[in-house]
Amino acid sequence: MTPVLQVEDLAVSIDNKQLVRDVSFAVGVSSWLSIIGPNGAGKSTVLRAVAGAQAYTGAVLLQGEPAASMTRRGRSRALSWVPQTPTIPDGMRVVDYVMLGRTPHLGVLAQESTADFDVVGEVLRDLDLAGLQERQVETLSGGERQRCVIGRALAQQAPIVLLDEPTTALDLGHQQEVLALLDRLRRERGISIVSTLHDLTLAGQYADELVLMAQGQIVSRGSPDQVLTEANVSQHYGAAVDVFERNGAVVVLPVQPAT
Amino acid sequence: MQLRPVRVRPWWIAGGALLMFASAIVALVSGPTNIDAWSVIVESANRLTPLSPESDLSATQRAIVWNLRLPRVVLGLVVGAALATAGATYQGVFRNPLADPYLLGVAAGGGLGATLAFVSGWGDGVGVLDGVQIAAFFGALLSVAVTWAVGSLGDSSRSSTSLILAGVAVASFFTAMQTFLQQRDTDDIRVIYNWFLGGLTTSGWSEPLQVLPVAVVCLIVLILAGRTLDVLAVGDDEAAMLGMSVGRVRLVLVVVASLLTAAAVAVSGLIAFVGLIVPHTVRLVFGSSFRVIVPMSMFVGAAFLVLCDLLARTVLSPAEIPIGVVTAFFGAPFFIVILRTRTNR
Repeated sequence: MTPVLQVEDLAVSIDNKQLVRDVSFAVGVSSWLSIIGPNGAGKSTVLRAVAGAQAYTGAVLLQGEPAASMTRRGRSRALSWVPQTPTIPDGMRVVDYVMLGRTPHLGVLAQESTADFDVVGEVLRDLDLAGLQERQVETLSGGERQRCVIGRALAQQAPIVLLDEPTTALDLGHQQEVLALLDRLRRERGISIVSTLHDLTLAGQYADELVLMAQGQIVSRGSPDQVLTEANVSQHYGAAVDVFERNGAVVVLPVQPAT
Repeated sequence: MQLRPVRVRPWWIAGGALLMFASAIVALVSGPTNIDAWSVIVESANRLTPLSPESDLSATQRAIVWNLRLPRVVLGLVVGAALATAGATYQGVFRNPLADPYLLGVAAGGGLGATLAFVSGWGDGVGVLDGVQIAAFFGALLSVAVTWAVGSLGDSSRSSTSLILAGVAVASFFTAMQTFLQQRDTDDIRVIYNWFLGGLTTSGWSEPLQVLPVAVVCLIVLILAGRTLDVLAVGDDEAAMLGMSVGRVRLVLVVVASLLTAAAVAVSGLIAFVGLIVPHTVRLVFGSSFRVIVPMSMFVGAAFLVLCDLLARTVLSPAEIPIGVVTAFFGAPFFIVILRTRTNR
């Protein structure tokens, strides 16, 4: 079966400096791939290239079709993007913000139809945002706001959702809430998720596949227990950790380095 | 569940239209000759609708209403609507609250064109067309085109910042040329100066009829583009991720808004502050969505300019104050208040 998203030999250079090279991976229907790695490894660059916000060489195939030959709108119908720090316009309300997700389905001067309203209404209900629809997004809590941004991405009805550090700036409870929500959505809606994540334990709990990047390249990939090893983490993060299994999940526990 | 997305409410439109209508009536009945409001309404209905009710106006009064006051009021409505709507669009396209219709050099270009026409003597025009108006119109469009070209150099994404900076550079260059021409030919300084202060003087119906077709088309496009302006509010990067070709959309909206501004500048000179304060006032009252700001700016701008023009021609009657003086007199203090509330937040 064709993967929903396929990346082959992706490389990105900015100002003659190669930031990312030889990156290849594939994501199947309804699965979740997380890109992990230390700061500056090129995780976000890969995500931006896949989303088309960054020039690259190599190939990105969305449902088998080369992304490079797709229109801006076509690409946004195949793939939605949850930025790390989204711009929340002054005074914009939840319903209008989620409605922005219908943009790839509308011409420049077109107005939304009842079909667009139905999609947005369904997303608001599904994300438990219906009661907040007239609130201004900027006045919401971090977790609610992140639900709005995810709602906007879902309203695009794209089979692939990219998320750049979706849990940044959230406390632990809200991190879990957002990740559990994404997990439910990909199972119920069959969407495929590619995310970058800082927290290794959380990354291991929610992703089917981990890709570990360091210095612009993939250095390890596979299931969480294959990638999250003490050797990998100490070599690429320069961190002292204990890695063990607890209730079937891999736990990465930072320890105080021996002095 | 009932979705309640932001929209212009029908009664807002009704209110806006009523405001426009009321200001037009006030302007029509005010002047040295006393004419009562009802007769003006009846006379206008007689001329503008298939109905032909008879008003009790004398022939002179009819001529005053039909050939002097009404064209001027209509011009005020159209120019006010054009400047306010173009200003709202520029503010959205550039995500900059200080943007006004003259941001990309329309004023400097129009001024240069008008000055060229005055000093060269083409101002007398060709046939029915007025040379100064034509020169100002094309000068204004030329300056926007030059700004766009300069702003795109070395910045293929045409970010707001590079376009705004290019606008500053192009405006100073055009203003330098304009000043040079004007100083070389001091005979025309007075008429040029008057043109720069702006005004709604009409010679019958030619001005309003010239600007009306362009204005109607541009206004419809910009009102429909309100949704797109709301998408641009998330920034270029995210708007592109939402499937918008940001560069192309910005170009189209700038072209339409500039066309609208140039058409207004051509018949009325430079009228400051309307494009800045009207959209901000509307935003304060009706919220931040451009789906509302654009159409409501059109109504409020139209009414505002007609009322300013009324003051301009009555306060020192029989002399006229340039309308730019009236709009700036009310606009500048208001603008300071807006700046304060924005920075206090």
